Amino acid sequence: MNIIVCIKQVPDTFEVKIDPETNRIVREGVESVINPYDTYAIEEAVRIKEKFGGKVTAVSMGPPQAEKALREAISMGADEALLLSDREFAGSDTLATSYILSCGIRTLKDFDIILCGRETLDGSTGQVGPETAYHLGIPYITYVSKIIDISSGQIHCVRLMEDHYEELKAELPVLITVIKEINQPRIPSLKGMLKAKKAEVGFCRCCDVEGEKCNFGQEGSPTRVVDVWTEQLQKEGKKVEGEPEELASALYKELEDLGVV
Amino acid sequence: MAMVKIIYEKCTLCKECINECPFEAIEIKDGRLYINENCTLCGLCVKVCPEDALYKEEKEDFKTNIDHYKGIWFFAESRDGQLSSVALEMLNGALKLKKSLDEEVSGIILGNNVTGLVEELGKRGADKVYVIDDPALDYFQEEPYAFAMAQLIEKYTPNIVIAGATMMGRAFIPMVAAIVKTGLTADCTGIDIDEETKLLLQTRPTFGGNLMAKIICKNHRPQMATIRPKVFDDAPLISGKAEVVVEELDKSKIKNKVTFCGREKIDNIVDLQESEVIVSGGRGLKDPKNFAIIKELADALGGAVGASRAAVDSGWMPYPHQVGQTGKTVKPKIYIACGISGAIQHLAGMQTSDYIIAINKDPDAPIFKVANVGIVGDVFEVVPALLKKIKAKNS
Repeated sequence: MNIIVCIKQVPDTFEVKIDPETNRIVREGVESVINPYDTYAIEEAVRIKEKFGGKVTAVSMGPPQAEKALREAISMGADEALLLSDREFAGSDTLATSYILSCGIRTLKDFDIILCGRETLDGSTGQVGPETAYHLGIPYITYVSKIIDISSGQIHCVRLMEDHYEELKAELPVLITVIKEINQPRIPSLKGMLKAKKAEVGFCRCCDVEGEKCNFGQEGSPTRVVDVWTEQLQKEGKKVEGEPEELASALYKELEDLGVV
Repeated sequence: MAMVKIIYEKCTLCKECINECPFEAIEIKDGRLYINENCTLCGLCVKVCPEDALYKEEKEDFKTNIDHYKGIWFFAESRDGQLSSVALEMLNGALKLKKSLDEEVSGIILGNNVTGLVEELGKRGADKVYVIDDPALDYFQEEPYAFAMAQLIEKYTPNIVIAGATMMGRAFIPMVAAIVKTGLTADCTGIDIDEETKLLLQTRPTFGGNLMAKIICKNHRPQMATIRPKVFDDAPLISGKAEVVVEELDKSKIKNKVTFCGREKIDNIVDLQESEVIVSGGRGLKDPKNFAIIKELADALGGAVGASRAAVDSGWMPYPHQVGQTGKTVKPKIYIACGISGAIQHLAGMQTSDYIIAINKDPDAPIFKVANVGIVGDVFEVVPALLKKIKAKNS
């Protein structure tokens, strides 16, 4: 089984704070990490390999530093890694990113399952997985919470919708995006870390992939960010203190004014 | 290639831009500023540079003929043969755009035996409804739904297409955008028409809700966006009737490699994103049994139960209830946080709620920073006392 897992290196927004004076994001001391949703995808990829045999290749698009995230994926059990990195890829929106990823994945030739996280922590669009599947011409299933089985060229899995779970079967090759419920990612072992240190990460530049250059980077991106700003969401309103009974009365009054009691 | 350019003569290496960039896209290499592949062209660096040493070079990409793309479309999501509330919200959003862009508002209905849903949309102001009614669309599946919508877009060339950022919308709309090769902005919290250019201005939170971005899609059509539930109210009833256009599903491109095997309803779950009131519990509840009072309060207010990551990771509540960065992003009219400290992961999922009430013993809990009303008290005392009052009123 050839398993591919697509990951992204993101700034750890859990650590991000807003400077109340300048209303700016404070970046100092914020580390780059593997997008948390992608860690579930890596873990699931490794579990599939452990159960059915095969090879896990981690793929990412990003600057040369993203190599660190790929090495982390190796420390968790991935066998190989490929980084798509080129200045021509800069400024890509989800359509261009997914196109570039699909070109990179094609260079790996054979694949049975591609796993992605549900979305990234920074962009949170959840669009790159589905769009990559389309560019590769393969089926995809979003929000997978459990893989029941993989046999006779089919994956049998469960996905979460708003108020129910669905059981689906799909023919391989397939792309799935996974949610947190699917597993508990492992902590890299010492052996894994040593392997990651020594591993060779494949680099793929613009000229190494077959694809129309006009679909890369900003040129291949229909959307443009025209403005960004930090919004002061902090609304710190009134604080009520006192005895429980008084608090309940204040709360009741509040709910009455809002028209829900 | 277009990107952020540096005027080296002006750059003093003050690092303002490096500190500002949320994407770690700027570094100093060999004593010069360097912009790497992480750049999303957001332009924050251009804004903050005190020396005006940075500028965005926009390259005019080749322009296809887009003038004949007309009309504001919305996806009228339906589940089990019923229109979702989000369908009426999207209609309202489309009607709002119509005020500044004098184009027809049309709904898209996809499903099996769904033609009857047309009337409701007409009554609420839709000019036209496009319907594809086919057994292949009986259960939601990404591929047939995406090809069905793409087929309508390719034939009728709308200017704008919006859909709810529900699980369904977020699952298949990206494929539609990839098929018709256009831009798609996810999870918008605001849409508008630019007065001058008449382009769709799409506002969305990014970076865990810490940053807002305004996005346009200039040279590709349609301009597509998914919009979070509860951003708009339901379109109000007016007496109207929509023109109906029924199309046959073109199955030639659908490979149908996914089969539906069944579903399992989740007990006691009300769709969090569609709820007007959410009562959430966190670590402060101490024990899974204590979620009973949260449930009771939610029931009394006609709302749904949410939970913080801490409560879900402790196994007190199942994952579908989780609000926050690795769970759901919600925007109810009223959000009541009980015993939730307010970690940034949680705030990211609920801070855009219309009205936030927080109950917490710790007066310094960060949750109070985003709350309209902060009740400094013990959840186990305050909530039962409140429930008593509500019961007294109702009896």
